[in-house]
Parts: sequence; structure tokens; C-alpha cells
Amino acid sequence: MTLVLEQLLNGLQFGVMLFLLAAGLTLIFGIMGVINLAHGSLYMVGAYAAAFAAAQTGSFLIAVLAGLAAAAFIGMVMELVVLRRLYARDHLDQVLATFALILIFNQSVTLLFGRQPLFVSVPPALNGSVQLLPGLTYPVYRLAIIAVGLLVALGLYLLINRTRVGMLVRAGATHREMVRALGVDIRLLYTAVFGLGALLAGLAGLMAGPILAVQVGMGEQILIMTFVVVVIGGVGSIRGAFFGALLVGLVDTSLRAFAPGLLRHVMTGSEADALGAGLASMGIYLLMAIVLLVRPKGLFPAHV
Amino acid sequence: MSENAITNTDSAAPAPGRIVTLLLLAVALIALPFIVKALGQPALVPLATRVLIYAIAAASLNLALGFGGMVSFGHAAFFGIGGYAVGILYRTFADDALFLGFIPGTDQLLITLPAAILVAGLFACIIGALSLRTSGVQFIMITLAFAQMLFFLFVSLKAYGGDDGMTIRRRNALFDLNTRDDVTFYFICLVIAALVFLALWRIVGSRFGMVLAGIRQNERRMAAIGIAPYRYKLAAFVISGMGAGLAGALMANYLRFISPDMLHWTKSGELMIMVILGGVGTLLGPLLGAAALVILETVLTSWTEHWQLVLGPILLLVVLFTQGGLNGLIARLGLGRSAP
Repeated sequence: MTLVLEQLLNGLQFGVMLFLLAAGLTLIFGIMGVINLAHGSLYMVGAYAAAFAAAQTGSFLIAVLAGLAAAAFIGMVMELVVLRRLYARDHLDQVLATFALILIFNQSVTLLFGRQPLFVSVPPALNGSVQLLPGLTYPVYRLAIIAVGLLVALGLYLLINRTRVGMLVRAGATHREMVRALGVDIRLLYTAVFGLGALLAGLAGLMAGPILAVQVGMGEQILIMTFVVVVIGGVGSIRGAFFGALLVGLVDTSLRAFAPGLLRHVMTGSEADALGAGLASMGIYLLMAIVLLVRPKGLFPAHV
Repeated sequence: MSENAITNTDSAAPAPGRIVTLLLLAVALIALPFIVKALGQPALVPLATRVLIYAIAAASLNLALGFGGMVSFGHAAFFGIGGYAVGILYRTFADDALFLGFIPGTDQLLITLPAAILVAGLFACIIGALSLRTSGVQFIMITLAFAQMLFFLFVSLKAYGGDDGMTIRRRNALFDLNTRDDVTFYFICLVIAALVFLALWRIVGSRFGMVLAGIRQNERRMAAIGIAPYRYKLAAFVISGMGAGLAGALMANYLRFISPDMLHWTKSGELMIMVILGGVGTLLGPLLGAAALVILETVLTSWTEHWQLVLGPILLLVVLFTQGGLNGLIARLGLGRSAP
């Protein structure tokens, strides 16, 4: 039972990480209509900037600020230089251009930091574990990630639904032309939304640093899963991104944890492990295929 | 996706300038092995073979992507399935076993290629039938999802090498030819590529091709005049998948090695790059695109380990500043508006 609870918490933690990425991606999708494959690169930029700052200064706070600033800055530059030219193009050009951006980012990072993964230690204040239930201890750092993720979700909800900027974002997602016609500086809004998305991606990246290895290619691994989340949730919907992320996080984590064990009842150990790992990796794609077949626009479509 | 694609497909008889270009291309491709041998660069023959194989895959993808308007981000799946068909048949043949208990293995190219095409077509039919219920971004993502599922399936199949892939000890046999010989294999690929391009040219110019172009431009209008778009799109998707499977089967023979990498999503991306680089919705564009990408990759790798840092900006510039890829660029630069 405690094992199941622990895996649920792991799934939740993975889910909120996915949410941070998916929220930015779905906004960019929904408002500007751009498929940004390079969103994962911003995650990588955040992770590397934070890891570098932490190694140089030893301060976790400075590392956090560096990660956020680097991701948001690079994101906005990316929007101004490349993405802005792609809004009116079809999806194909967007996919190719942002694929090219991935190559550029990955190679630049390899050039700067080498191929060896960087390892980041957990900040001392968040080191250690707490006992949640009798027999269930859980690392504080992972709990902190869950808390940050949920807080960001709440903040985004308030931002989108309660503020003037949020109103423009919502209007931009459904009636882009109308917002422009009413005299709103849509280009500024686009850059701001892109910066916000990049900031969230960077936040996810810098938080992932101490749990995963910081390495080239980390962005693409999570990017594909983020796309799955966005599509399951419904393109352009923050609410969809939230529930989609939690669903994907939980399904993926529990399949990885339990599929090999269950298969071992019916076949030999090593084959069960291999097939179980394969099934676990396939699980979320299967989930996405089923969701899309039942509801082609995702669970919470933004444009009804 | 410009009007361009339509204007060069609706004329059944190609323009004289075009015939000359095609003849020159054919002569150049046939003469290539002898020329590079005379120049003392025999290593270029395998490179040209790779270009031809990727050109088949890219041209097939172009049928769905350029002519049918279906942005499939999962064509590496069919490419890989074609490769695995060859690999599994060869392994079964070498072990003198039966695949799934009733399919005997073989090393005959005349059997493995049709088998690869058939299996890839079958998968394309299933994946296409489900995916075509969606459109737009969702279609891109669901094709990607199916490809990823198959990728992980092959990763987990320990019997066929799993993550590491498996080697095919010998290329498939064709009559009494020595397929091990690079020039011989080049000509096999050249003949097949020519057949594929010919078939695609016939398909695009046929009534079916016209309907497909109509659906791409306005699906609702086609439905209104009494054509069921779904069936046409599915048929195009299946043909496209079969072509990619054929290319995968040739690639497995060429490399004498298959691994899940053939199904990875970056491979789908590469195929798309070739199509876009060459020019979406043009017949010879994919050949140009495949040549450009493969040659660029080879040249840049010999220069620097960080070749992707050069490739990235080049791709970016091509997308941002050339309309219609290399094919469009050539048309605008040299041949005015008459060429495709």
C-alpha cells in the first residue's frame, strides 16, 4: 500500500513538471498557433543555467534566478528573431524551423558544456525526507516540486481568469483577429506570452536538475511527452494541460513501476522487464490515441 | 503548399524543357558510378545509394504530406517496419525457423521487398484509419504517437535485438547478381527508385491525384460534389506508407543492420526535412532534398564534430527565406517560371 502511495506521489511530481512545460506550450499553440518543438530546449537552457550558476556560486537562490532569467531571455529572443516570422506559415514550416532550433541549441550547449551530464545537488534546506504516514517517507525536495507546481497552476488560473492580461490571452486564443482589430498590441502580447511559457519551461528545467541528470537531449525526451499532454488536454486549454499532465504523469509512473512486476507472473524475469518497460513507454501514447479517437479535440477543447 | 503543385500536375504531357531535365538527370544517375570510379572516388557510390533510398522514402511521404495535405510526423514507423520485415525474414531464414509459427524466412529480394511493402501498407492502413479521424495539430501528434508506440515495441522485442538492433549477415539475393557489390546494389536501388517516381508521377496525374489535390485545398467542397474525402486520404496515406516501407527494406539491405533508431521520431523529422528542403508537393523535390541533406551531413561531419550547428542555421534560413524549398529556389533562379 505504501508502495502504491509512493508511486502516486512520484506520478504527481512528474505530472506537475509536465504541467509547467505543457502550460507554456499550450498557450503558445492556442494563441499564436505555432508548434514549437524547441520548447524542450528552453527547459534544457533553464536546467543548464541553474546548474552552472549553482556550481559557480553555490547559492541555490542565485541558481533559481539564473535558470529563470536565462530561459525567459532566450525564449523572448527566439520569439523575436525566429518564431515571429512563422505565425502566418503552415504547421510544416513551423515544425522544420523549430527542429532546426533544436539542433542549434543542442550543439551550442554541447560546445559550451561538453557531453558529460552535469549533476546538481539538492539544496541543503530541502535535503532529507519526511514521514508522511507510518512507513511512508518521502523526499522533501520532491514534495517541494509538487507544491511549486500546484502554486504555479493556481497562479496561472488567477492570471488567466482574473486579470486584464489574462482576458487578452483568452480573447487572443479564441478571436485573434478581433483582438487585433480592437487595437491591442498583439505582437507585444505574443512576446509576453512566449516569455511566460519560456519562464515556466525554465522553472521545470531547473527543478529537474537535482533529480535527473542535466544533459543534452533532456529537452526532447520530455518534449514529446509534453505534446502528448497538450493534445490529450486539448490544445490551448490551461485546464486541459493541468489535468492532462497529472493523468499522463500518473499513468506513466505507475506503468513503469508496476508493469514489469505484473508481467513477471506470466513470463520469465528478464523478458518481463524488457516487455514491461516497453509497454510502460507505450502506455501514454496509447492513452493519447484512445483519447483522440473518442474526443478528437482533446478532453478540454479551448475552441468549442 | 502553393498553387504551384497543381499547375505542374494537371498537364498529362510534360513540357519539353522538363523532359530534357529528366533525361539529363537519368543519364547523370546512370553514369554516376562510372564517373566516380574514373575520378577515383568509389566511396561516393554508397553515398549516392543512400540518397536514392532516402529519396524513395521522402517522395512517398510527400504523397501524403505535399499532395494530400496530411502532415504525418510518424513515417519513420513505416520506414522501420519495412526494415524489420527484411531483418525478421532473414533471421528466420538463417535460423531455419518459422516466424509466428507459420511464415518461413527468406533471403530473396523479390520476396522480401513485396513483404515489406505489404506489412508497411497494413500498418499504414490501421494507423491511417484511426489517425484520419483527426486533423491539424492533432493529426501530427497522433501519427507521432503511433510511431512512438512501434518504436518502443521494437525496443522491447529482445528476440530481435531490442535496443541494440540486429545485423543482417548478407544482403538479400536477387537472381545471380552480387548484391554485396556497391555498384550492383546502386543500380538495383536506382531501378526501384525510378519505378517509384514513375508510379508517383502517374498517381499524382491521375483522377485520384486530382481528387487528392482538391481535398487538400478544400475538403468541404469535395464532399459537397459527392466525393468521400476520408477514403481518398486513407488510400493516399497507405500508398505513402508502402513507399516508406519499401525504402526501409532497401535501407536494411544497404546497412545490413536494423535498429529501433529507424523508427525514432527524429527519423520522421529528417524525412520531413528532406521533403520541405526539396519543395513540398513537387515530384522531384524529395530527390533534391534527400541529396541535399545526405550530402550536407556527410560533408559537414568530415569538417567538424559539431556539424549540426551548421546544419541548423542552414535549415532555418531555407524555411524562413525560401518559398518552396530548393526546387522553388532553382526554378526562380535559373529557369524562370516555366520549370516546376
